[in-house]
Amino acid sequence: MPIRDVINRAEAEPVLPDPMLVQPWRVRRLVRETADTFTLELQPQASSGQMRFKPGQFNMLYVFGVGEIPISISGDPAQPRMLLHTTREVGAVTRAMRQLRPGAVVGVRGPFGTAWPIEECEGADVVIVAGGIGLAPLRPALYQILARRDLYGRVVLLYGARTPADILYRRELERWRARFDLEVYATVDRAMSGWRGNVGVVTALIPRAPFDPSSAVALVCGPEVMMRFAVQELLKRGVQPGAIYISMERNMKCGIGLCGHCQLGPAFVCKDGPVMRYDKLADWLQKWEA
Amino acid sequence: MEIKQLEQLLAESDFFKDLDPAYRQMLAGCGRNVVFRPGEYLFQEGEHAREFYLIRKGKVALQIKVPGRGPVILQTVQDGDVVGWAWLVPPYKRQYDACAIELTRAVAFDGVCIRSKCEQDPKLGYEFFKRFAAVMAARLSAMRLQLLDLYANP
Repeated sequence: MPIRDVINRAEAEPVLPDPMLVQPWRVRRLVRETADTFTLELQPQASSGQMRFKPGQFNMLYVFGVGEIPISISGDPAQPRMLLHTTREVGAVTRAMRQLRPGAVVGVRGPFGTAWPIEECEGADVVIVAGGIGLAPLRPALYQILARRDLYGRVVLLYGARTPADILYRRELERWRARFDLEVYATVDRAMSGWRGNVGVVTALIPRAPFDPSSAVALVCGPEVMMRFAVQELLKRGVQPGAIYISMERNMKCGIGLCGHCQLGPAFVCKDGPVMRYDKLADWLQKWEA
Repeated sequence: MEIKQLEQLLAESDFFKDLDPAYRQMLAGCGRNVVFRPGEYLFQEGEHAREFYLIRKGKVALQIKVPGRGPVILQTVQDGDVVGWAWLVPPYKRQYDACAIELTRAVAFDGVCIRSKCEQDPKLGYEFFKRFAAVMAARLSAMRLQLLDLYANP
């Protein structure tokens, strides 16, 4: 191929950043959500920096000298200069992350993976089922839906937490609950006397939730067992298998389907997921070896 | 509430709507209206189980008292739910407390009377066991998930 053609082609196609190269983002603040979860607010180090992402995608976050882990983006897609990641303090990297102070720099690669099917939800009732910290990857979807609320039918958020103290984004949940165009039902697995809210598993909220199963799209995120049982209840209610989306979690390392650590049957969760359609995944969810 | 109104209520409830109308009529004769203020008990653990309740409006906590911790709420039930199955299973003793956490209006059914009718009419007995087995299965399934403590920090 003549050199001129190569140059022209290079000019015509946008140059994608190297997915293995980390970008420096600065910690703006760290918000403690519950006893063991926190949200890291990041802003780009460069004044021109930003990250366009879709709801459901994740980033690889690198705490220098400690390690790199995948964390879902939990902020508003309409604010590309503000990255929010909510995570639980559970290992060496998240422990180090929890110690970061405003001004500290972390490396960010991403965004990676598939997104919640927000466009497909248009005209349909939307049922969002979240368990525990699974609310974090769903929050960007809810932001996007609420930003163009008139495009959707009924929107229902069903949220389950371990105890009242473990409820994530408590103030935001209260604000959402106060809206007339969003139905919010929360429950906890256990509570002491004095708690006036619901007690029971999140799946128990599905049979009485106000939505039309024949036209509903369900977005589900939480521990895998919770998602399996939630899907069973959604199917029992009449939601089509092809209208149920779940967000999978596996041992993601490279983020681009190269290393194979996150393989789930024929798919790589980092590349073909984390958001996957249930009917394409159903057989693999029951396999212990997968 | 008159028996006719109660029959109508049963016909509209998910729990009894597909029951033979003749059975619903009989059942309506065994029901009475009850109201519980927040903090009042529908029943308490260890009591002899004579009744079960169909909640019309309100919220009830099913709980167990744990020494040193106070009452631990295992589940809440609300509008349209049925509470209490111990009247159907020997030794007919309550296994937990049921305490209203909101103003709760319910219909209390005489379980002892219904049980004797079930003994005489196996079809009625089967209808009741079918319905209460579904309630127990749902509670068992939920309890399994709670036992797994899925949201705990690993």
